[in-house]
Amino acid sequence: MKILIRNGRVVDPASGRDAAGDLAIAEGRLCEALPGKPDRIIDAKGLVVAPGLIDVAARLREPGYEYKATLESEMDAAVAGGVTSLACPPDTDPPLDEPGLVDMLRRRAKVLSRARVYPVGALTVKLAGERLTEMAELAEAGCVAFSQADEPLPDTQVLWRALQYAATFGFPVWLRAEDHWLARGGVAHDGELATRLGLPGIPAFAETIALGTLFELVRATGTRLHLCRLSSAAAVDMVRKAKLEGLPISCDVAIHHLHLSEQDLGYFDSHCRLVPPLRSQRDRDALAAGLADGTIDCVCSDHTPVDEDQKQMPFSEAEPGATGLELLLPLTLKWGAQQKLPLAKVLGRVTSDPARILGVHSGRLQPGAPADIVVFDPGAAWRVTPDALRSQGKNTPYLGYELEGQVRYTLVAGNVVFEQA
Amino acid sequence: MQNNPQLNANGELRHLLSIEGLPRDVLAGILDTAASFVGVTEREVKKVPLLRGKSVFNLFFEPSTRTRTTFEIAAKRLSADVINLNVAASSQTKGESLLDTVSNLSAMQADLFVVRHGSSGAPYLIAQHVKPHEHVINAGDGRHAHPTQGLLDLYTIRHYKQDFSRLCVAVVGDILHSRVARSLIHGLTTLGTPEVRVIAPQTLLPAGVEALGVKVFNNMQAGLRDADVVVMLRLQNERMRGALLPSAQEFFKHYGLTAQKLALARPDAIVMHPGPMNRGVEIDSTVADGPHSVILPQVTFGIAVRMAVMSIVAGN
Repeated sequence: MKILIRNGRVVDPASGRDAAGDLAIAEGRLCEALPGKPDRIIDAKGLVVAPGLIDVAARLREPGYEYKATLESEMDAAVAGGVTSLACPPDTDPPLDEPGLVDMLRRRAKVLSRARVYPVGALTVKLAGERLTEMAELAEAGCVAFSQADEPLPDTQVLWRALQYAATFGFPVWLRAEDHWLARGGVAHDGELATRLGLPGIPAFAETIALGTLFELVRATGTRLHLCRLSSAAAVDMVRKAKLEGLPISCDVAIHHLHLSEQDLGYFDSHCRLVPPLRSQRDRDALAAGLADGTIDCVCSDHTPVDEDQKQMPFSEAEPGATGLELLLPLTLKWGAQQKLPLAKVLGRVTSDPARILGVHSGRLQPGAPADIVVFDPGAAWRVTPDALRSQGKNTPYLGYELEGQVRYTLVAGNVVFEQA
Repeated sequence: MQNNPQLNANGELRHLLSIEGLPRDVLAGILDTAASFVGVTEREVKKVPLLRGKSVFNLFFEPSTRTRTTFEIAAKRLSADVINLNVAASSQTKGESLLDTVSNLSAMQADLFVVRHGSSGAPYLIAQHVKPHEHVINAGDGRHAHPTQGLLDLYTIRHYKQDFSRLCVAVVGDILHSRVARSLIHGLTTLGTPEVRVIAPQTLLPAGVEALGVKVFNNMQAGLRDADVVVMLRLQNERMRGALLPSAQEFFKHYGLTAQKLALARPDAIVMHPGPMNRGVEIDSTVADGPHSVILPQVTFGIAVRMAVMSIVAGN
């Protein structure tokens, strides 16, 4: 299959290129020029042509939670959102702590032939924080990193050993910094709003204390550590200093945390029940600035489909999480516009930067790279409604909002896997 | 953000979910209506026909004796039919969801739901889903609000002190977990009380409590000085020992209200308590039963206030 994408605005964050032009694809890869006539021509006039999005945190809910979402529905959502690669956290049921499960997930995903799926393996058996998993076996089965997802690992002895063991093989470890004891029972940022609404709070120092512990352990073990979903201004400062010191760390932020704050909880809106909690406006601004200056490496959807029954509950009892795969692109563009950043840099945070963290070759437009492409209309507005979302999870604080940025075509390995005229 | 869900399009009270956000005239209107009902509760025939033919469902997901009983009495004095449901012991344990429980009761032709729930915000969820003719009154949700208690506290203060604009009110004890404190504080600030104090150890104060418009005191003696009104909060048993407080004894020594500490307040100060009291933990018996105490009148006023709220909400 030879495809020519013509007359688009071609944006390649890795090289900084942003110019009108064509893109040639043959045998699943980008090439300088097509060998012969194209089988298909895509007219991208007025559209942006960029590497497909890479999302470092998207829950597909398989195995175990098929009533919340299926691999099929979420892979549809991914490509409809322009996401061509995604890493899925291990908090499935059972968790991804055995090679067989990882193998099955990858095979199921491959059969659907939509986005590429990179499983993140469980760091401890059943994510219970007690025994290490067979990381080497899991890596062989296809795990790209090891994580506790949102499960705690309060035993610092086990944490230390897990980081040492991962470092032995050079495996990256992905962790969310949160002190288990300080966060226990909390459902919202410990601040004025939680006080007014009478919601148990999670103080920002639950994050920074855990960060301090993790940095010490990275200094001791040399483990490559990726910090998942920063939530506070203080944490951004700590990461900035740790990077200056030269620690082998990277980090991400969830897309919702760039735009929303505790104030958006309004009258107990359970769509804003997220993990980590939405914090103050100052924290949100620091996260948005930290992503702009590169302290935060990339932004993820933290896609978490939740069925309506689990959201139609009092705030504290509602299941946390928001659907995000289809909102990642428009909300990233919105962040970029607010920060007044060039488009190449904005898209870098969802393409070349997460590619670096995942250690994959996609996320750029150089000849020879996999032809994972998104073609989108940056100015096209659409309304977020349950029907507009392909994900089985309709749970988003953005329901009813109008967002700009609509995907027209998504290609994975040179195949058109999504198109909308 | 959504509009204030407890007001209808005309700014009238449709549900009572929280005192926060209620306009001053709505608050004062409830207190005035309550005053007109105090007479009814003292008559030989203690009934008015305002809610005749209406069904009031007392929906208590948390155990309660006093609040549930006073709501029941208030509804009966308004001639409503009252159905008490102790949901904690029934469907919820069978896994039925909160909203399913409510829609089932709605199918039985409810007019008014009086809801107590352990989770902050639960009455908001119910209010979002009830039919247009149905009303919701929050009878206490988690740590968030207990608006009828707040209103009866305001009524009591107004009864004894008339004017809010010169008062100093001290609220003492477990502010962190108290929906009573939150509701009262919002009411006091809305009605223009110049000084509202909270007195507690740091472990029992929520983050950023100053933003509610209160002055914080860790020292009870300092906080009680020249207070016109002293409101003692109940300290739950499970909070008396552990990470929040070492013991009930130590709490009483520093934050229990004794005659000696009360002497620091103004000579005509009144002492209130939402009940049930822990004598010897937050309040000494000599004070609870003493001349400054208005704890029992609070209970009596509570019925008139709940009648007022029910008649206003169901009348709008």
